[in-house]
Amino acid sequence: MPINLSNSNVATRENRIGSITGYVGTLKDLATQSECGTLKGCSRCFSQSSTCLSSCALGQLCGIRDVALIHHGPAGCSVAAAGAYYMSKVMSKKRGVTSDTIYVGTDMNENDTIFGSTNALRNVILEVNKRYSPKAIFVSSSCATGIIGEDIDSIVDEVRDEVGVPIVAVHCEGFKSRIWATGFDISDHAVLQSIVQPPREGVKTNKINFKNFFESARPEIIEMFKNFDLDPVFLYCNSTVEELSHISESLATTCICGTLGNYLGNALEEKYGVPYVRSINQCGIVGFETWLREIGKVTGRSEPIEKYIEEQRAIYLPQIEEVKKQLEGKTAVLGMGPGYTFEVSRVLNELGIKVVWALAWHYDKKYENGDIPPSMKYLLDNDIDFEASVADQQNFEVMNILHKYQPDMYLSRHPGSTVWAIKNGTPAIYVADEYMIFGYKHTLEFAKTILDAINNRSFEENLAKRTKLPYTDWWYQQNVDKFLEETK
Amino acid sequence: MAKLLDKQRYKCALGAMQTVQAIDRALPILHSGPGCAQKLSESTGSSGYFSPNIFPCTSINEKDVVFGGVKKLNSTIENALKVIDADLYVVLTGCIPEIVGDDSGEVVSRFEDAEKPVVYAPTAGFKGNNYKGHEQVVDAIVDQYLKKTDKKQKGLINIWADVPYQDLFWLGNLRQLEKLIAELGLIPNTIFGYKRGIENINKIPEAEFNLLVSPWVGLSNVKKMEKKFGTPYLHYPNLPIGATETSKLLREVGKFAGVPEEKVEGVIKEHEDYYYYLISRYADLFLENRVINKQFTVVADAQYSLAVTKFLVNDLGLIPAKQFVVDDTPKNHRDRITEEFKKLNFGIEAEVSFETDGYKIHEEIKNHDYHGYPLVLGGYYEKEITENLKGNFLNISWPVQDKVVFDNFYAGYEGGIRLIEDIYTVAVSRFN
Repeated sequence: MPINLSNSNVATRENRIGSITGYVGTLKDLATQSECGTLKGCSRCFSQSSTCLSSCALGQLCGIRDVALIHHGPAGCSVAAAGAYYMSKVMSKKRGVTSDTIYVGTDMNENDTIFGSTNALRNVILEVNKRYSPKAIFVSSSCATGIIGEDIDSIVDEVRDEVGVPIVAVHCEGFKSRIWATGFDISDHAVLQSIVQPPREGVKTNKINFKNFFESARPEIIEMFKNFDLDPVFLYCNSTVEELSHISESLATTCICGTLGNYLGNALEEKYGVPYVRSINQCGIVGFETWLREIGKVTGRSEPIEKYIEEQRAIYLPQIEEVKKQLEGKTAVLGMGPGYTFEVSRVLNELGIKVVWALAWHYDKKYENGDIPPSMKYLLDNDIDFEASVADQQNFEVMNILHKYQPDMYLSRHPGSTVWAIKNGTPAIYVADEYMIFGYKHTLEFAKTILDAINNRSFEENLAKRTKLPYTDWWYQQNVDKFLEETK
Repeated sequence: MAKLLDKQRYKCALGAMQTVQAIDRALPILHSGPGCAQKLSESTGSSGYFSPNIFPCTSINEKDVVFGGVKKLNSTIENALKVIDADLYVVLTGCIPEIVGDDSGEVVSRFEDAEKPVVYAPTAGFKGNNYKGHEQVVDAIVDQYLKKTDKKQKGLINIWADVPYQDLFWLGNLRQLEKLIAELGLIPNTIFGYKRGIENINKIPEAEFNLLVSPWVGLSNVKKMEKKFGTPYLHYPNLPIGATETSKLLREVGKFAGVPEEKVEGVIKEHEDYYYYLISRYADLFLENRVINKQFTVVADAQYSLAVTKFLVNDLGLIPAKQFVVDDTPKNHRDRITEEFKKLNFGIEAEVSFETDGYKIHEEIKNHDYHGYPLVLGGYYEKEITENLKGNFLNISWPVQDKVVFDNFYAGYEGGIRLIEDIYTVAVSRFN
């Protein structure tokens, strides 16, 4: 689907790439249906709270150093300002740099919903610019401003000359999409629209764009890429506006999570010819090697990469094999975003752990280029199948599944999820850090972490024994798809 | 009117879902966008019986914006009653249904005969902040669930304080207030925290009086209860921290409740004796260190800004620099609260500013002459600026990143000691 950078609105994942949030069945059925185009997601007549796309969009943007985010809406929308302040301070400190990124709200009240408040917004933008001299300004909408039709685009256009730095409207109405990952696309779109410049002529570089969340493995990836004469540019946490303006010049774009990187990767390829590395992700052995080889192919560095793979295999494979012996035959349920669920399923399979049910918080039928996600393709090609469902963090469905299957472990990547598994008595592994299963070294650590988690279940048992779960017996007797309805 | 909210210290009215969450076995049902609950919560004691990802939510989408979301609200409430085991269901509306005009109250009224009580509080984000939302929730319970009764229980006192979760120390503070009131021979009744819940809510109309310990939050609630149940109220406008204020509170409550004076004085003496036993053992630490200076600033909601100011001035002999109240206190309460800041020992008056713009607060802190290292008690936002000024910083108000609090407290005699411990834990981490 062509990416239109002349409009500040991004179509939602549902509309753009047919993503869904409601499905119960098997992995094979899910993939087959999406391949032949018959997959239709379901809605729910009962659901629990999940996540707002603005958290993903603005969470990404406020990782950029020395920018301003203006969230036009009631105080609850901009409450993320507190977390953003903390993150920009601690993350920049960890990197050894500084960031004066500022995230403000406009504290919209009832009168504003009746009479509008674009004038006040204009003043807020100008005042923020005066106070902090940010390197770029992002002006976000909210549900309330979206419904009353505040014309943020026009205000942004009006003040552009006066502020003198890149400024762009970021459309973050939470009701637009149940798929919070749409927020990632929104942030990419804003960066592409306002900051990224066409490549400068004659600039030669060995840079590779690396889209990630919180760069915990940055130092080791820099070291690894030195072997291949590649210089990774990590996005967007601790990025500078100057750095971002030149990502169109890089040799390629890669990402840690397909859900996170898909929009930017495809857009840079489509607009500026920067190849997007499309492969399964770096989790586990097969994933890591496939990814490295794809980078080798795209950037013409296959030889040093093969050498690196050979060296690392010799160090780590015997150790991983050793841990595997103790994991063989264990069962797992996992619940993550689709950028991880189907990748981690593959790794668990590599480690000899049987996935009995995989939940994806949403599912993209196809990616921007029309292909089904590589992680799904891998599982299908290798004849790996298990029960699967798509649920936007619907906790009652997760608990219904855990209660029925009582697996040896539950793995999740989202806050507020693992604790419920533990209360069910199921050991839980919180795969929060995106590099937790990265490459050989972290795959080994991951395997050992699983082993530690299932070898000492004291905490789980102590808590489960004393916990009353909040769901009724009635619910545990229902099928997990009880509240799914055909979308009308 | 919309304004620049720089370094914000509060959430929106829907943040009152945390007030509901603080009531044992009470479940918020959100008629809102899908992500409001996650945004309005944090990991500060939030994974108990219900966590935000358990809260049912209509997760309003584009279609509901156009066609209305009442059908979805109906099925969400109906199924919440079947799926989740709660004692009280509180429907909270966010911005969208109130702008598009969903009649949520009508939908909730369909559940009047449900097995469990279902009430409704309009908490659209643009209607006010979470301090106001908290009052809306208490109002909803009083208006829609509780009934007037002739049955009064002798000595039963409802205690109300500030906003759970927004106040990091809410649980411990309430338990301290209960303990102190019980020592006067009265029977405290609170609705928040462990094993309080619906049974205590049921007792509210039977109380002899309501005790409100807060500068302004909850005043409209106790007035409503006075009207509806005929329950009088005692408004003690300051959270007591340390001996001076706690003894004063006990005397006022004792007088209001008709507790014999010697009983009250007996309780006070026992506490003060121990309090000053501790203080005198550590008095050398207060006097003979090189980093805690006399001048301090508090950046917090009305509750803590006032409470900490009174404590540091009247108990520890410090001098207030300018104090900041950041909760967007309604205008009609401001003069009265300003006067409270002037009632300090030795005729000392603290200057106070009701300010929601963090930039301006920081400018004032930077420009104030603290005659040495500043002591700043505030939100996490004040950490860096205090460090830049070589001052001492303690994170006591939202947002909190520097501290984990289970059931610790600053209220009461013991609470004063806890606060001193925290301040001097910061102080002893450096020499000069």
